[in-house]
Amino acid sequence: MKSARQRTTIIAAATLAISMAASVLLLRHIDRLRPQASIEDVLYINSPKTIKRASLGFDGLMACIYWTRTVQYFGHRHFDYAHTYNELAPLLEITTTLDPHLLPAYQFGASFLAPKPPGGAGQPERAIQLMEYGIQNNPDNWQLYYNLGFVYYTELKDYRKASEVFERGSHVPNAHPFMKILAAQMAMHAGDFTTARMLWSATYETAREATIRQNAVEHLRAIQVDEDVTHLEALVAEFAQRDGRAPNMAELVAAAHLKGVPVDPDGDAYKITPDGRVLVETPDDFPFITKGLPPGYKPGPPKFHNHS
Amino acid sequence: MSPRIAYIAANTFREAVRDRVLYNLIAFTLLLSGAAIFVGQISIDIERLVVINLGLTAVSLFGVVIAIFIGIGLVSKEIEKRTLYTVLSRPVRRWEFIVGKFFGLAGTLVVNTFFMAIGVFGALLYVTHKFSKPDALILVALYFIILEFLVICSLALLFSSFSSPLLSAVFAFSLFVIGSFADDLRGFAGMAHGITRWIATGAAYLVPNFSALNVISAVAHQQPMSSQLILQNTLYALFYTAMALSGAVLIFERRNLK
Repeated sequence: MKSARQRTTIIAAATLAISMAASVLLLRHIDRLRPQASIEDVLYINSPKTIKRASLGFDGLMACIYWTRTVQYFGHRHFDYAHTYNELAPLLEITTTLDPHLLPAYQFGASFLAPKPPGGAGQPERAIQLMEYGIQNNPDNWQLYYNLGFVYYTELKDYRKASEVFERGSHVPNAHPFMKILAAQMAMHAGDFTTARMLWSATYETAREATIRQNAVEHLRAIQVDEDVTHLEALVAEFAQRDGRAPNMAELVAAAHLKGVPVDPDGDAYKITPDGRVLVETPDDFPFITKGLPPGYKPGPPKFHNHS
Repeated sequence: MSPRIAYIAANTFREAVRDRVLYNLIAFTLLLSGAAIFVGQISIDIERLVVINLGLTAVSLFGVVIAIFIGIGLVSKEIEKRTLYTVLSRPVRRWEFIVGKFFGLAGTLVVNTFFMAIGVFGALLYVTHKFSKPDALILVALYFIILEFLVICSLALLFSSFSSPLLSAVFAFSLFVIGSFADDLRGFAGMAHGITRWIATGAAYLVPNFSALNVISAVAHQQPMSSQLILQNTLYALFYTAMALSGAVLIFERRNLK
């Protein structure tokens, strides 16, 4: 009798284990057959108010879930080097309607929405709407003004609006003192490298998240390259005007009395092409540079390095 | 509290424990520890918020489910098993039976909430590495959740006193959902006219206002709670519970148990 029971137990346990393994394997096969995008791109309910009501008052948890979903959505699309982020803005709208005080959704959300694809959704106007909604609901948070001014500065190049926003933010109690400096700097020297460097340095110093700090480091490195290349190209142009041809690097170093061969932040020497262009050795290592790129260069998705 | 009520309450508590009600704590622990570990990896900058939101929401929902599913069987099960007749044949009044059952279930939920609260604070300590002063606000949210349980227990008992367990569960859960929309209901009443306005306003004030007792999101964002809100929510929950329990006693006193 006992052995019969034992046999049943063994058979049932084995059947359970085999069935479970088989169903997992089958599901993995089915996932491969189904197009991934159809799962990711669907927002079953896109009305923030409906979702808020359906959450039965547990809207804080729903907001966390939707924020995680937003991060996952952006991450997958970004990883796939996608050029469309159709559900990003609605997801952020739902998240912030569910919890208007969820600050990461504004701060990171704007940096997901504003940059041009593939770095972001290329929707700076939606980023501005999001930040204005955030400021409306969290008027005492100076960092939201900083993030909004940043969008105006980096994506729209609207320096007057950026200056206005930094100025508004500087009046918020406990605002960081650099808000006033940024407002003034933006009004007077908006497009120059010093202002850009100041903004990204401020981001690096005030951010708590490692990814934001890394992003700031990458931008600071890119600013350094852009500034170097601008300066070197001016020297090359000067040389060319004088001698009727572009110099090689050794000639430029001698003619311009440079201390040595100029190098990029990674320590690699800049190159001069026969037509007088100044190029970086490995453009892929500087995902945000706008100068020093070879003609026809197509950047890959931004990759971050650890720079201390 | 009379010794008879205390005895019935203690028995109800023992019965709930024997029914493995506290096993939900295992699910709760797994849920919370899983969230505390994994959310940091799949989201950005909301680890603390998730632990508080998820922890308190789970405390609330687990408790509501326990309150409803145990509460609806408190009277009907005793009738079904015929143990009620044994109890009532002793010098125990019917109202004492109802009140004792209420305190037994409320006690079960308080003990359950106590252990879950330890879990919430443990997970919070895991993600933040230290407690800060505003974390004490979580205690206020937990207190409001217990008040919510008192109201739901009393409603489950009220329905259990005259209806079948299935219908009682439907009624109690519906009232929980409607009560979560109480603020909206009041808003709709404000927009209505004439007799509709009176009926809607009456309904809005009759259903329990659970949205006033839900401060989870505010606590997660460290928004201060006024002592007036704590006092008035306490009084509201106690009066509402007393109202529903009185209804249960009134119905049960007149119920023909033959």
